[in-house]
Amino acid sequence: MKEQLNQIRLDATAQLEEIKSLDKIEEFRVKFLGKKGELTAIMKGMGGLSAEERPIVGQLANEVRTFIEKAIEEKKEIIEKSAMAEKIKAEKLDVTMPGKRKNHGTLHPLTKVLNDLEDIFMGMGFTIAEGPEVELDYYNFEALNIPKDHPARDTQDTFYINDDVVLRSQTSPVQVRVMEKQAPPIRIISPGRVYRSDAVDATHSPVFHQVEGLVIDKGIKMSDLKGTLEVFVKKLYGDDTKLRFRPHHFPFTEPSAEVDISCFNCGGKGCRFCKGEGWIEILGCGMVHPKVLKNCGIDTDVYSGFAFGIGLERVALFRYDIDDIRLLYENDTRFLEQF
Amino acid sequence: MFCSTDELGISKERATGILILPEDTPIGVDACALLGLDEKIVEFEITSNRPDCMSIIGLARETAATFGYDFSVADPTDYEKIPEKAEDNAKVEVLDFDLCQRFLGKVVKNVKIGPSPEWMQKRLAACGIRAINNIVDITNYVMLEYGQPMHAYDLDCVAGKKIIVRRAKDGEILKTLDDQDRTLNSSMICISDEKGAIGVAGVIGGANSEVTEKTTTVLFEAATFNGTAVRRAAKALGMRTDASSLFEKGLDPYNLDGAIERACQLIAKMGAGDVLEGTIEVKGTLKEKLVLPFEPERMNAFLGMDISRNEMIDILTSLEFKVEGDKVIVPSFRGDIESMADIAEEVARIYGYDKIPTTLMDTAVTCGGRTPEQKAEAKIKDVLVSDGFDEIITYSFTDPKENELLSIPKDSEKYSFVKILNPLGEENSVMRTTMLASMCEVLKTNYNKRIPSASLFELGSIYINKGETLPDERKTVAIGMYGCGDFYDLKGTIENLFDEMGIKKVKYVATSNNATFHPGRCAEIYCKDKKIGVMGQTHPTVAANYKINAEVYLAELDFATIFECGDLKKTYKPLPKFPATTRDIAMVVEEDVCVADIADIFEKEMGGILESYTLFDIYRGAQLGENKKSVAYSLAFRASDRTLTDDEVNAVMDKILAGLKNKVGADLR
Repeated sequence: MKEQLNQIRLDATAQLEEIKSLDKIEEFRVKFLGKKGELTAIMKGMGGLSAEERPIVGQLANEVRTFIEKAIEEKKEIIEKSAMAEKIKAEKLDVTMPGKRKNHGTLHPLTKVLNDLEDIFMGMGFTIAEGPEVELDYYNFEALNIPKDHPARDTQDTFYINDDVVLRSQTSPVQVRVMEKQAPPIRIISPGRVYRSDAVDATHSPVFHQVEGLVIDKGIKMSDLKGTLEVFVKKLYGDDTKLRFRPHHFPFTEPSAEVDISCFNCGGKGCRFCKGEGWIEILGCGMVHPKVLKNCGIDTDVYSGFAFGIGLERVALFRYDIDDIRLLYENDTRFLEQF
Repeated sequence: MFCSTDELGISKERATGILILPEDTPIGVDACALLGLDEKIVEFEITSNRPDCMSIIGLARETAATFGYDFSVADPTDYEKIPEKAEDNAKVEVLDFDLCQRFLGKVVKNVKIGPSPEWMQKRLAACGIRAINNIVDITNYVMLEYGQPMHAYDLDCVAGKKIIVRRAKDGEILKTLDDQDRTLNSSMICISDEKGAIGVAGVIGGANSEVTEKTTTVLFEAATFNGTAVRRAAKALGMRTDASSLFEKGLDPYNLDGAIERACQLIAKMGAGDVLEGTIEVKGTLKEKLVLPFEPERMNAFLGMDISRNEMIDILTSLEFKVEGDKVIVPSFRGDIESMADIAEEVARIYGYDKIPTTLMDTAVTCGGRTPEQKAEAKIKDVLVSDGFDEIITYSFTDPKENELLSIPKDSEKYSFVKILNPLGEENSVMRTTMLASMCEVLKTNYNKRIPSASLFELGSIYINKGETLPDERKTVAIGMYGCGDFYDLKGTIENLFDEMGIKKVKYVATSNNATFHPGRCAEIYCKDKKIGVMGQTHPTVAANYKINAEVYLAELDFATIFECGDLKKTYKPLPKFPATTRDIAMVVEEDVCVADIADIFEKEMGGILESYTLFDIYRGAQLGENKKSVAYSLAFRASDRTLTDDEVNAVMDKILAGLKNKVGADLR
């Protein structure tokens, strides 16, 4: 019987060697360990053994069983591993093939730039104010210290609906409407469409967007205007950007300034962006004119404020290196999908 | 190659031939020096509030203040006069001092008309002014130096030798220097003699009193005319001259004396005539010089600076302000100065804006952010972008004919346009009343460029004229596409949008009477009886009008209604703990039964346990019979507190099936 068991061990080892699939392993297991298997048959025959032999043979039989079971597990693992290896091999992809993309759209470049500007100002405690585009002459001009017959009206090339109604030429009327309604402190930006009767060319559009800002509170000073714009410009164009304030004139601010920034492309050395000057004009600003405050019922002995305005198209054209403003309004999808 | 002076840009006039240099001109000499073109020309951008700087003297004053140089104006009065009184040779009368605050006249006799000296002609040319003759050139030269426009009359042609400044009469006709008959109106200031008009003040002189070769006696005029009246006249006559653009900004009546003396000094210097003694002066009540409080501390607080009182005084003095104690006296030529803020600007700009520190507002903290409406707008854009739509931005004005391209019936409120009085062209002459026109134009642009498909949206405003002062500006969402989907793709996007905006119970009502759309493929969209908008395939005629040979799908949704019907508040519902039971049903119904009719029955008979119903198949075939279709749904039943029994589900199914049979005549397959 001992010889039989040893023979089974040898047979099993030899046969297992030949097996290549999990199905065959099962067959093998049944053959050796199943109820009608070879080892079981021997175990059943152990009743005929003497009391001395029985434990010895029994132990041996158990050893053989354990040996075969272990061999099966090991074999299984090997087969599984090699099956997985083969599967993995078969599943090899060309990772340089293009991905399957879900079609998704894009926001207009002006919206993207506006979102950035809004985020910066919201972070500084500004809310976003809106107002009508077809606007009273009073809000667009008169309240802003530009009475009828003021020479500044010529330079604005305004679209008129009638004597008293215009297409707003700036978003400042929104500021006036806010000042009329809301007591200081006021901290708003007013983005939106504005209209000027400029003939269309690569740098002019009769419809364009402005983002104007207004701050009114006790003790607001011109250095606050500079500080606020410095934060804004550095957030938008990077910490290395330098600002230059030049005296200027706007009817609704006093003192007024135009702001240049060091060219974000060349850093001030001079390039095609800045037309060789190293500086790029990006916004106009100033302390709110006392007449404007008075027109809005704000006590100039208590409150002061500043205002600024930036052209959104200009920021977008520079940011994306777009050389023709008309592209923004043509809406060719091959253009839009670049952003 | 030979070049004429105009080709070289030396002269603005068309030259009659080439420029011939004197015989003895050395070869190789610098042409600029030879032609006297080596004077430096500096161009300044002068803001409209500073007419005082629109002159050599004004800029010299600014330059001196900026760089800390001394500044003085040379005395223009040291020249020979002949002992005869100007007053005895001419009279001036101003009928309305609102129109002319101050008028000075000087008389020059024995005038020898001729060309002005070359140096003067060159300087005038460098400033873009054409030389005419010595007298006219002097008036222009003085205007450049002093910023005060002047005029010269041939005194012998002035009837009664009397100048009258008055309001023009409506319909009065004047032949102007350029030989045009011009009709005046009562908003203009007329210069007349005893017979009639001889000039429009501040704009142009009359031909009848023009200085010509025959002129022997000249009356110089330096006057301060009402800027608004000059501006209106220049506009009405369509001739904005150098003089009128100076006057309209408001000039200093005290600047006249220097200017008119300078003109006479030049006459004497050039030997162009004999200047008479005395000056004719007519004036109304001139404004006193403005006196403002001098408030160094307030200015420093306003600027955020720390400039000493003395530094401020130095700066203001250099600009010819006088500081006396706690008062600042504003020079008469600074009409732009009105208050502390103006004085502060003078101090700051000369001191240097770059020296203003940068500070951040140390005032009350404000909480910034977007309003709920603004957040909703951003959300709408996000949903549409993630569904594959590109955002477009188009002009808000349009061509009124677009309505016809969209087949909009004439009685629609979309013809209630806001019209622009001075449009850039008919195609941009009205504010849009629908977003679909600009959408179709953009689809057309893309289609014309052979771009195979486009799916676009715009969030903008429409402007409906309701007869009020200001129109109804309504934010509107337009969606448009071709070449990338059908009605149900568009509808799917709109459903996604409404889902994200928290709009529930939306009804899509088939409509066949919107002429923009295909009568069988258009739905009006409602939520709780509020119309959100319309969607569908365009009528083939409309697609053809825009020359798009593809199915075009459009939607126009009202933003305010979306915002009002939406609810962005989200509440968590516990996840199901018990399993769902599903039942699939297929039924045969008449073709004209809408699936919405079937869904209504599900909603009505759900018995509290129908969790969802999903349409998964619609089938049409000969075996079903004509005008029949098979509609298949998968129904899922679930209760939140127990596993449903078959009996419970069957009971609800029976009700649903009965409802389907009775209400829509469904045969269960």
